[in-house]
Amino acid sequence: MVQLSWLMGLSAAIFAIGVAGFLIRRNILVMFMSIELMLNAVNLAFISLGSRLGTMDGQAIVFFVMTVAAAEAAVGLAVIISIFRNRETVHADDLTLLRW
Amino acid sequence: MTLELVVGAIEAILMVLIGLQLAIFLLYFERKGSALIQDRVGANRAAITGLGRKLGLPNLGIVNTLMADPVKLFTKEDFVPEGADHFLHSLAPFLALFPVLITFVVIPFGDTITIAGHTFELQAANLDAAALYLLATIGIGVYGVALGGWASNNRWALLGGIRASAQMISYEIAMGLAIVSIVMTYGTLNLQQMVRAQGGVWFGFLPRWGVLVQPLAFVLLLTAGVAESKRIPFDLPEGESELILGYMVEYSGGKQAAFMFTDLAEQALVAMMLVTFFLAGWQVPWLYPDGFHLPGGHFIAVAPLAISIMGVIAFLIKVVILCAFLGLVRWTLPRFRYDQLMRLGWKGLVPLGLFNVLVTAFIIVATGGAH
Amino acid sequence: MSPVLFWFLATLSIVAALGVVVQRNPVHCLLALVLTLISIAVLFIGQDAVVVGFLQVIVYAGAIMVLFLFVIWLLNLRVETASTGRLAIKFLGAIGVAALLAELESFAMPARLQVKFSTTHAAGYGSIEALSQALFSQYLIAFEVTSVLLLVAVVGAVALARRSTAVEVQERAEQLARAEKAA
Repeated sequence: MVQLSWLMGLSAAIFAIGVAGFLIRRNILVMFMSIELMLNAVNLAFISLGSRLGTMDGQAIVFFVMTVAAAEAAVGLAVIISIFRNRETVHADDLTLLRW
Repeated sequence: MTLELVVGAIEAILMVLIGLQLAIFLLYFERKGSALIQDRVGANRAAITGLGRKLGLPNLGIVNTLMADPVKLFTKEDFVPEGADHFLHSLAPFLALFPVLITFVVIPFGDTITIAGHTFELQAANLDAAALYLLATIGIGVYGVALGGWASNNRWALLGGIRASAQMISYEIAMGLAIVSIVMTYGTLNLQQMVRAQGGVWFGFLPRWGVLVQPLAFVLLLTAGVAESKRIPFDLPEGESELILGYMVEYSGGKQAAFMFTDLAEQALVAMMLVTFFLAGWQVPWLYPDGFHLPGGHFIAVAPLAISIMGVIAFLIKVVILCAFLGLVRWTLPRFRYDQLMRLGWKGLVPLGLFNVLVTAFIIVATGGAH
Repeated sequence: MSPVLFWFLATLSIVAALGVVVQRNPVHCLLALVLTLISIAVLFIGQDAVVVGFLQVIVYAGAIMVLFLFVIWLLNLRVETASTGRLAIKFLGAIGVAALLAELESFAMPARLQVKFSTTHAAGYGSIEALSQALFSQYLIAFEVTSVLLLVAVVGAVALARRSTAVEVQERAEQLARAEKAA
């Protein structure tokens, strides 16, 4: 009998790991992967709650979150490629052109 | 409950073994079948350090393919090239072979069978969303190939790996569209229900096979399947005259055997998919659960156990014929150039697939309900 | 879903998520993320969200991650040797994340989740019919807007990532004629 609190706790843990990765790692691609981790944690929370409530709303929303994540990944990676072509780096600390 | 579990496990192992045996049949076809097509003798000698000849034993003939090849492959030295990622180099063949093997368990190879009062489904895992499962595992199979090329620390292996993964993800779309039109026609993602819906006849004599309902989807899935398993004419990733073995070039011994097996097993899987979706799986024409209802009005009663066994045999015969056909295609057509390959995938198959989905949708709405 | 399966998957996904964040080699990070995605997909399937679970494998693990892999190759990223930021920032980040985790976990306490729960589902729950019902009736506008969003994303990605200098293409017939004339 899997408790809802276990699932929500797992979702919170994965989300926190994603936030940690985003703040600590300076490689842009790894930061992107941390964002995907955060999105997946939220997906898990949606599915768990939707399953407990017995409605399909959770799954429909997860469908949209997945689609938006795909679109965002595509555009974000294109931006990373452009940055790399201009700056030859994917280290976030090197992109300081706009810093005062 | 435990009986079902045990039977399910036995069926799963059986299906994986059938898949592997089909891969070996394809390997046999590669040696002797190709020799037949190309008007030569093919491989027909095998010896263990000349011992057989010294003892006066006759040549072992075709046994070399079936026994000596695997022995040779598994006893070769297994090395990781210098500067390559050890972990990824060892992981890649497993990551390529595993998804193909676990896909065999959802293919239905028979109707139900009744032994000693218990009724078993002749399908290892009757998933309700089995068509999606097929697409999912084929999607995972891209990683083994891609990482195999990258982890070899070899420019040409990387090139083969990039080409292979780009080709696989391009043709996944065409495959998905063909599967979507089939799913629309039968109104279900469940493979066993799809095969059951292909029983019965039209006009009293024509079996309701899927290939007659969706011929375009058959051609699409055939082409996309051959491209997914990277067989000729789509074998540019493993371009044998240019890249030697493409993404597999730095692999030897057991790991290369795993990659080769992935190729052949995936071809067997594509054959099984085609048989399930289009050639009515285990259905024998004019065979109903109580016996033969032949077109002329004759009726031959058959025992239920014999019906189940006939279904399994029919499935195997269809799969073997289709595997032989795929082997024939392999040894007849020349290889596509890479831009031709990509153009065919994106500009040819995807629009055709979308058009097929559109036409199927119109027909379904016009006739008011699933076919 | 049995508790044993849940704890196994939970451990696997947390270890893999830590692997994403900790690994030096970007390709190893990517593989760890694929493992996380697949274990989360199995968690989905375990809660009767079968179609969404398979879609997670097909779309997320099978397509988006391959896109990541291609970009890693394109940029030819090797193992990271550069430092990952100043120590003070890392320390503050760790404290901040620990605080966030504590706050989120407090939401997971059963007392705060004041909704009616049921653990048995209707017969068609999570099947493709039920999902399509929800998508095409209640969320129809979101569905249509999402398809436009995907189109915009595709066009935007191509526009951003293409090279600005035009590539010179020669006509083969002209090329051959030139070669013949020169010979």
